[in-house]
Amino acid sequence: MTASTRETQIVADPDVPLVRITREFDAPPSKVFRAHTDPDLLVQWLGPRGLEMRIDHYDCRPGGSYRYVHSDANGEYGFRGCFHEVRPDELIVQTFTFEGVPDGVALEKLVLEDLGDGRTRLTVTSLVDSFADRDAFLASGMETGVVQGYERLDEVLAR
Amino acid sequence: MAADPLSRVFSALADPTRRDIVARLAVGDATVGELAAPYDVTVQAVSKHLRVLEDAGLVSRSREAQRRPVHLEAEVFDLMTKWIERYRRQAEERYRRLDDVLRSMPEEDPPPQGGNPS
Repeated sequence: MTASTRETQIVADPDVPLVRITREFDAPPSKVFRAHTDPDLLVQWLGPRGLEMRIDHYDCRPGGSYRYVHSDANGEYGFRGCFHEVRPDELIVQTFTFEGVPDGVALEKLVLEDLGDGRTRLTVTSLVDSFADRDAFLASGMETGVVQGYERLDEVLAR
Repeated sequence: MAADPLSRVFSALADPTRRDIVARLAVGDATVGELAAPYDVTVQAVSKHLRVLEDAGLVSRSREAQRRPVHLEAEVFDLMTKWIERYRRQAEERYRRLDDVLRSMPEEDPPPQGGNPS
């Protein structure tokens, strides 16, 4: 573990319904890219803790598609999308849909920047079609405390 | 106007003048006249901005006699920040797992596949 790893930064844009996540890694772009495209590596980090992740297929090339399933004691949650543009070590443009809400889709752009010295900055921009969808996306998968926090926010705003 | 409260907050803060008003209210309460002073706009225009902020729950007006100072509802910002912070932490956990994966990968890249430009 090196001290140079920066913590994840997140911006929820006030003008456009998007979320931008930025994170730096102590690895060259080629490795970070491979960890995003090789299903055997992806399954080791993408799935939330405490959930089983199964990759149905993951064909990361322009025009390819993917589908994976998270499962826990309560059931299965499927996610799928298409890859629109894939440039090794640089860029992945893809769609993302939770099968439980099939009408909602996010357009995701992952950009890898070579920082030199074997370091990479990853920027992930997720764009959805409304602020309500974006806020639901931010709130998804959160624990009860946050849901309660949101309810409290509703109350504060309703005054 | 969008129905859900968070959309109202985000759209209220989309305007630079309103963001500036919020920043100044963070220092302390102020009257409409005090808030309007630095701008080259009418008190009515500032009142309009304040109405949007009030509808979003970001500020309130006290009923204190003539002055009616505007007050920032900082609690709303705390909740928004916590909400986004939780999501950020989730992403951070995911990327720490990615850190581990990257460390476990062999140092040498596999030979490039045919036709792979670099």
